Amino acid sequence: MSDDIVNIEVNGKAIEARKGQMVIEVTDGIGVYVPRFCYHEKLSIAANCRMCLVEVEKAPKPMPACATPVAEGMKIFTKSAIAISAQKATMEFLLINHPLDCPICDQGGECELQDLAMGYGRDVSRYNSGKRVVKDKDIGSLVSTDMTRCIHCTRCVRFGEEVQGYPQLGTIDRAEDLKISTYVEQGIDHELSANIIDICPVGALNNKPYRYSARAWEMEQRATVSPHDCVGSNLYAHVLRGTVKRIVPRENEEINECWIADRDRYSYEAIYSSDRLVAPRIKNNGEWQDISWDDALTKAADTLQAADADKIGLIASSAVTLEDSHLLVQIAAHLGTDNIDHRIGRRDVSDQANDPLYPHLGCSIAAIEQQGAVLVAGSNIRNEAPIIAHRLRKAALAGARISFVTSREYKYFFDVADYLHGEGLVDMLAGVLVAAAGRKKPPASVAKLCVGVSASATQKRIAASLQDADESLVLLGCIAGRHAAYSAVRALAVVIADLTGAKLGTISEGPNAAGAYLAGVLPHRERGGKERAAIGLDVAAMLDAAMDAIVLVNIEPDADIHATTDAVAKLAGQKYVIAITPFVSDALLEAADLLLPMGTFAETSGTYVNAAGTWQSFTGVANPVGESRPCWKVLRVLGNLIDAPGFDYVTSEDVLEEFRAQVGDLETNTIGKASTRFTKANGEDAPADEIDTPLYSVDALVRRATALQLTPAARRAAAERDA
Amino acid sequence: MAYQQNLVCFNTFAADEPWSLATYEEHDGYQTWRKVLAGKLSPEKIIEEIKDSGLRGRGGAGFPTGLKWSFMPRDADIQKYLVCNSDESEPGTCHDREILRYNPHSLIEGMAIASYAMGVTVAYNYIRGEFLDEPVPRFEAALEEAYAAGLLGKNIQSSGIDFDLYTFVGAGAYICGEETALLESLEGKQGRPRFKPPFPANFGLYGKPTTINNTQSLASVPTIMRKGAAWFAALGPEGSGGTALFSVSGHVEKPGNYELPMGIPFKDLLDDICGGVLGGRQLKAVIPGGSSCRVLPAEIIMNCTMDYNSLQQAGSSFGTGAVVVMDETTCMVNMLRRIARFYMAESCGQCTPCREGTGWLYRMLTRITEGRGEVADLDKLVDVANKIEGHTICALGDAAAWPVQSFLQHFHHEFEYMIHNSGRSIVADAIEAAA
Repeated sequence: MSDDIVNIEVNGKAIEARKGQMVIEVTDGIGVYVPRFCYHEKLSIAANCRMCLVEVEKAPKPMPACATPVAEGMKIFTKSAIAISAQKATMEFLLINHPLDCPICDQGGECELQDLAMGYGRDVSRYNSGKRVVKDKDIGSLVSTDMTRCIHCTRCVRFGEEVQGYPQLGTIDRAEDLKISTYVEQGIDHELSANIIDICPVGALNNKPYRYSARAWEMEQRATVSPHDCVGSNLYAHVLRGTVKRIVPRENEEINECWIADRDRYSYEAIYSSDRLVAPRIKNNGEWQDISWDDALTKAADTLQAADADKIGLIASSAVTLEDSHLLVQIAAHLGTDNIDHRIGRRDVSDQANDPLYPHLGCSIAAIEQQGAVLVAGSNIRNEAPIIAHRLRKAALAGARISFVTSREYKYFFDVADYLHGEGLVDMLAGVLVAAAGRKKPPASVAKLCVGVSASATQKRIAASLQDADESLVLLGCIAGRHAAYSAVRALAVVIADLTGAKLGTISEGPNAAGAYLAGVLPHRERGGKERAAIGLDVAAMLDAAMDAIVLVNIEPDADIHATTDAVAKLAGQKYVIAITPFVSDALLEAADLLLPMGTFAETSGTYVNAAGTWQSFTGVANPVGESRPCWKVLRVLGNLIDAPGFDYVTSEDVLEEFRAQVGDLETNTIGKASTRFTKANGEDAPADEIDTPLYSVDALVRRATALQLTPAARRAAAERDA
Repeated sequence: MAYQQNLVCFNTFAADEPWSLATYEEHDGYQTWRKVLAGKLSPEKIIEEIKDSGLRGRGGAGFPTGLKWSFMPRDADIQKYLVCNSDESEPGTCHDREILRYNPHSLIEGMAIASYAMGVTVAYNYIRGEFLDEPVPRFEAALEEAYAAGLLGKNIQSSGIDFDLYTFVGAGAYICGEETALLESLEGKQGRPRFKPPFPANFGLYGKPTTINNTQSLASVPTIMRKGAAWFAALGPEGSGGTALFSVSGHVEKPGNYELPMGIPFKDLLDDICGGVLGGRQLKAVIPGGSSCRVLPAEIIMNCTMDYNSLQQAGSSFGTGAVVVMDETTCMVNMLRRIARFYMAESCGQCTPCREGTGWLYRMLTRITEGRGEVADLDKLVDVANKIEGHTICALGDAAAWPVQSFLQHFHHEFEYMIHNSGRSIVADAIEAAA
C-alpha cells in the first residue's frame, strides 16, 4: 500500500499523494488553486491551454499541472515567480485574439477566462495588430456559437468523443486558423449535447434560447429537480424576477454527475408557452368560458360530491409530486372510490398484484457503472433516461458487457456485447431464460412461455454474461412497461434475474412513478403498498366504463395515455371530466368539461422519488403563470370543499411530513414476483405495436419547448410520425 | 585539407545506379542483415555496438541512438514498432531525400537491424508528402527488391525472424516531423504532438512501444555494424561520432549535400568544400543546423567546428546539419520575418503560446519591415519569444523562439536601423550608397 503513496511538497507544505495522480488533482485536493482552461476532471487530459504551468523543482521549464504525474520528492511551486510568469504569459497569449466583448457576451460574469484575466491579465494589451475573426457555426437550436471567442481548449471536442461517444465537433485547420467545427455543417444531435455550454470556459458555446435575455449576476440561482425521467437530475433554475431564464446542472455525483440531458435544460421554455392555461375555464353548452377559481373549485367539488362514488375516477400522471399524490389519494378515500391510478402508459395490468412496492432501478444510479453485465430489455434507454444510458456507456467502457433485447435496433455509442432485435420481445427473453436455466427446466411460473423455445448462441452469451459477472443487472425499460404483454415480459425478467443472480431493475415513466406507487395512486394498493380491500378500476377500465366524473391531473390524453386507445374520445363521452393541467390543448378542450390551471414543476414545491428510491424535495423556483396554482394547493382547496378531514396544510412540507409519518420506514421490496397470470401471451408484441415515445415527446413540457422541437431528433421523430 | 567524403550514407553515390540492390550489395550491403538472419548477431551486441559508435540522432535533437533503443521494453510478447522519420521538413535540410533517392537499401537494412535489435517485427517509413515524386517511388522500388530477394517478410530465410516494412506518405505538415505528431499522423489522425509522458517507448504507435529514428541515423547503422563502432566513432571528435550530412545552402559557390566527418571546421566546409562565399563577398552569418537553430555571426561560426559540442558552446546547435549561409547582402530583418512566417504557418495550433505567439511575432516583424515599427517592438519581440520558449507541448515553440532571440541578439542594429528609417534595410542602403 505504501508503494502507492509518494511524498511531495506543494508550496513548501509536505503532503502525501497517490502515485499516478496529476499535480492538479493533488493541488485541487488540498485547496490550492491552479488556473486552468482545458483541464476538466470528467475529460481526458489535453494539456493544450498551458494555463496551469507550475514550477517543479529540477524541471528545466514550467510543467503543466494537469499532465505532470507526481513523483517521490517532487517539489511544486504554484505561485512562484516562474509559475506566475508562465501563467501570465499564457493569459496574454489567450487574450490577444480574444474579442474581449464581455459587455455583450452572455458568458460575462460567469466566464472562466474573464475571472482568470482579472488575476493574470494586464490592464492594457501589448498586442496592437488586428485580431482574429472566426465565422460562427450553426450547430442547431440548442447552442449558440461565437467562435471568435474560442480559446481552443477542446473541452467540447473531448466531451463529444469521450462522454457522448459521438464526436460531432472537432478541430480543423492549424496554427492561428485552428477552429472548432463540425466540418460539414450540421446540428449537434445527442441527448446530452448541450453540456458543452457548461464546459466551454468562455462565451464561444452558449445557451441559444437564453441568448441576450439576462445577465448572470442579476439572476437568482434556485435548486430544483428534473421532471422528465426517473433519474431526477439535479438542476439549478436561474430566475430573473420570478421568471426562469435558463436551467443548468446542479452537480450530484450520485445521480447526474455534472451533466444534464438537453431536455432537462430546455424544457423550461414550455413554462412560458402560449399553450399555458392561465385561468380556470368551463365548458357551457359546448362553449368554453373563463370562470373564477372560486366558481371552478365549487363546481368541481359539487360534481364530485354529486357523483356515485363507484363512478368517480382519478387519474394522475407520474409527473405529479409525492405531495400531490398523497392529497389525491386522500380525496379518493374521502369520496369512497378506489378508482385511482397513475399508470397511464401501462397496457397490461393483469399482473399488478405482483408489482414491487415501487418500480426500482435495482441499484443506485451511480452503481450502474459498477455492473459487469447488464441486459436491457424493452427500452430505448437513451430516450427514456439519458443519464442512465450515459452510466451504461461508462460501464461498457470499463469493460461491462451490455446487451439489449428490443424489437427495434437503437444506436449506442459503445461496444454493445449482444443485440437481439426482431419481433417478439417475449420470445427473445424466453430464449435468454432457457439459456440461463441450462439443463434445468424453467420454473412453473414461466413454463408456459418457454414451451418450444430454444436458446440461440446470442441468448446463451447474454445469459452467461449475467451469470459470470460479479455484479449484473436486468433492466426493463419503458417500452417493456407499455408492452401489451408486460406481465409476461416481467415474469421472464424476474426469472432470468433469479437464475443468473442478477438484480432486476425498472426504468419507470415520469419523474415520480416511485412516489405515486408509495402514495397509493393505484387501484389495488393504498399508501405504503398496503393492499386495498376492494380493487378499483385501472386507467383503461375507467375510460372504458361510463363514469360520472373523472379527474385528470397533469395529463394530455392524446399524447400521454397509452393504457387504452382513443382516450380523447372515451373521455369526451364521459359525463364530466375535470382536468387539472398546466396546458390547454385541442384534445383537452374536447375531452374535458372543466379546466383548472396548475403550475409546472418550476412553479410548485414538492418531492419526486427517483428510480433509485431517492426522495428529492424542491421549492417552487418561479412565479406562477397567469392564475395557475401549485397542484397541491388546488387539491387542498378541493379537499376542503368536499369536507375531507385533515386538509389544513399550510405548506407542502406539512403534506410531506404527514405522509412520511404515515408510511414510516418501508422495507424496499423492489424485485416483484413472477406470477402465472398472463392476459396476453406471446405474439402480440410486434414492433409496430410497440410504444416508443420519441425523445422530445415524453411529456407536455418537452413537447412545448421550441428549442428541443427544432433539434434533429425531434425532426426525425416528426418525419417518422408523418410517414 | 582534404576530407574523405561519402563514407557512410552516401557510399554508393559514385555508382551508376546507386539505388539498386546490386549496387548496394557490391558495397557490402546486407552483410550485417544476413549475419543476423544466420543467427550470428545478438540484439544486445547490436545495441552495444551502436552505443559505442557514438551515433546521435540526426533528426536535430542529437539524442544517442543506442541509448534510445535500449529504452524499448524487452518483453517479447507485445507488438512493438520502429518508425523511421523521413518527414524531412526543417527549412534548409534536404539530405534524407538523397538517402531515399540514391541509397534506399542502406535505410532498409538499417531499419531491419534496428528492428531486430529491439524485438520489432513491423516498421514504418514515414516520408514527407512532398517527396512523392522521386524519393517515394525509389524507396518503394527498393523495398520490392528487398522483398523479392527474400530479405524481408515473415520467417525470413527460415531464420524465424519476421520483419515487415511499410511506406507511409505524409501530407505536407512540418509538425509531423515531431515524433509524436508523426505517430498521430501515422494513425490517421491530425498531426498534433502528444504530451509527454508517456513517451513513445512506452506508449507509441497505436499505444504500443515505439522507437522513432531519423532516416540518416538508421541508414548509418549498416556501415557502423560492418566497419565497427570504433571506426565510426573515430571519424568525429569526442561526443560526435561518425559522419554528418551537410545540406549547404545560401550564399556559397557550390551549395549541395555533402557527407563529411563530424567536426570539420566550418571554415573548411565553406572554403574547401563549398568553394567559399558566393561572388567572394563577405560572410555575415550562418544558421548551422536548420532554421530553428540560433543564428551565429561570421566571427563566431568561423571559429567553430561542425559538431554537437562546438556549436553548442557557440550558442547554437548542430540541428539537422542544414547550413544556411548568409553573406553581407542579406537583410537580417527580412530573413527573420521569413523564418517567423514559416513557424506561424506550421504551428499545429494545439497549444496556446505557439498558436497565438508565432503569429504575433510574425506580425510585429512585418510591421517593422513595412516601416511601422517602434523601438519598443524589439524588446517585445524578445519577450514574446521568451514566453513561447519552454511553455509548449512540443519543441516547435522553441524553434519559433530561438531565431527571434538570436537574430536580435546578434543583429539588433539592423532592426533598429529599419525602425528609424521607415522600413529601409541597412543592407540595401549600404549597397545603394556604395553604388
